[in-house]
Amino acid sequence: MSEPIIELRNITKTFGTGPTAFQALRGVDMTIARGDFVAVMGPSGSGKSTTMNILGCLDVPSTGEFLFKGVHVEKLERDERAMLRRRYLGFVFQGFNLLNRTNALENVELPLLYRGEGRAERHAIAMEALDKVGLKDWWDHTPAELSGGQQQRVAIARAIATHPDVLLADEPTGNLDTARSIEIMELLTRLNRESNITVLMVTHEPDMAAFARTIVHFRDGLVERIESPERELA
Amino acid sequence: MFGTTLVLALREIRRHLLRSFLTTLGIVIGVAAVVTMVTLGNGATAAVTEQISSLGSNILNVNAGQGFGRGGGGPPPQPFKLADVDAVRTQIAGVKSVAPQASASTTAIYEGQNWQTTINGTTNDYLVNQQWGLAQGREFSSAEEQAGKSMCIIGNTVRSNLFPTGEALGRRIRLGNVSCDVIGVLARRGTAGFGQDQDDTVLMPIKTVMRRFAGNQNVRTIQISVDTAYDSAAVQESLKALLRERRGIRPGADDDFNIFDTAQIAETLSSSTRVMTSLLAAVAAVSLVVGGIGIMNIMLVSVTERTREIGIRLAIGAVQREVLMQFLVEAVALSCLGGIIGLVLALVATIALTPVMGVPFTFDPQINIVAFAFSALIGVVFGYFPARRAASLNPIDALRHE
Repeated sequence: MSEPIIELRNITKTFGTGPTAFQALRGVDMTIARGDFVAVMGPSGSGKSTTMNILGCLDVPSTGEFLFKGVHVEKLERDERAMLRRRYLGFVFQGFNLLNRTNALENVELPLLYRGEGRAERHAIAMEALDKVGLKDWWDHTPAELSGGQQQRVAIARAIATHPDVLLADEPTGNLDTARSIEIMELLTRLNRESNITVLMVTHEPDMAAFARTIVHFRDGLVERIESPERELA
Repeated sequence: MFGTTLVLALREIRRHLLRSFLTTLGIVIGVAAVVTMVTLGNGATAAVTEQISSLGSNILNVNAGQGFGRGGGGPPPQPFKLADVDAVRTQIAGVKSVAPQASASTTAIYEGQNWQTTINGTTNDYLVNQQWGLAQGREFSSAEEQAGKSMCIIGNTVRSNLFPTGEALGRRIRLGNVSCDVIGVLARRGTAGFGQDQDDTVLMPIKTVMRRFAGNQNVRTIQISVDTAYDSAAVQESLKALLRERRGIRPGADDDFNIFDTAQIAETLSSSTRVMTSLLAAVAAVSLVVGGIGIMNIMLVSVTERTREIGIRLAIGAVQREVLMQFLVEAVALSCLGGIIGLVLALVATIALTPVMGVPFTFDPQINIVAFAFSALIGVVFGYFPARRAASLNPIDALRHE
């Protein structure tokens, strides 16, 4: 097992204050190794989305420590967390979240834009990412002209264009049929293996979770159990 | 980064072309209104100044009698004499030239043609005062002025009526029952500010007019051109003192003459048109501000509409300043585009309106720059609030927004 890239130590998260306060996380401890493929499962309200938001540096825990590559994320300002996302994280969402009326290439170029890459550089990197997801020939199509599976692959290309350390996928197959879902999962598995990207994925479906190396089950704001179905060489 | 932001903003504006146009219409109208008002106002001011200066620049006209207000009773004021003119010429500092005037109405006749006109008895100094040159011929010689010779310099209107085809110079015309040689033709001047034809005149030596037409030695008006190096008000003061003394007016008594200062009239008239211009521009400026509110309104709608897009941008690592800039640049680009369209519209409007209003067309770069800068400023001011709102969105909520 390689070194941990993410460590959660006794994380709690409370929404609201006073009598209406709701404690979504009640002391989560979790360590994720670099290069792992983690599926996060659990019923609605179990705290898995909240955990993913914290792992994605989009939200901060109420108490506890979150170390990302040894950095205490819970102490960072909003813009500092944005810089972390920009450099090390890629996001894939259930609803794809591509910009409408903007072609595939421009969508993939978006994170590179914020990195300040030049026009030619941006173009080359984005095309390379589209090639990786097998959509090189579709670069000038807008989301409306692409199928759901293709849209999700564009979203994945956008997420990996910056060569992130961690890819966070929030129900990436939630809006897709089984055949497309399996394509996406195979793509994620390949990226995990070949590009050594750590993948964190929330899913409802055990079939999809089966692609992961580690499955974390959440229940009532706590980690219920962790299984490693194919920890062949552990 | 800024260039990219600008490209993105322009792309966004192009995507919603109609909406962008309607949004910026307020700015378009505001800028067009301000620039048109000010340009036309400046034109009107220039026209007024031009008309007044056609009366002669820096000219004081001294008339016997007390102006317009005090008609009626009392003996008629004693008229000026040529001696008064000489006194003014020799005793007042700052006087460049002094021309006496005496006039008479008459009919000018040459062969079959006749023309009703006004004889202006004066000296060559009148031409100096008026900065009026000759188209043909020569001025009076001093001997002719002194002797009161029967010679005349005719205006262009008189020339064209008496000599529709032929040469005027050297011909002998008849004014009433006086024969008179044409020694010069005045340069064409056109219509003065108050509609009278300046070219409809015949100049003769004042002594000729006094003897042959008026039958007295009265000088109706003393026209004085003030040297621009001197203060016109000070010259007026010493002029007043001299004339009071010569006319024996006791201290405390009112003047029995009046001094009409063309520079002052020009100043008064042009300052009043300037005030009108500022008022109109101020009203127009209000519409600019209203246009700004329109931009704020649409930018707020746009932020709400694009909440999810903002969420995506924040998630992939945009910092707040970048989102703020994106929306701010968009608002400013929108208002600047409106400003440019407004300037073009104003240019078209002023070119179309100036001939209708009889005002000269003047392109004033200053007001164009100011109006454009103001439209950009409005973009910044009214774009800031929506942009601020976009930048402070919570990325999680924004992503979840439907």
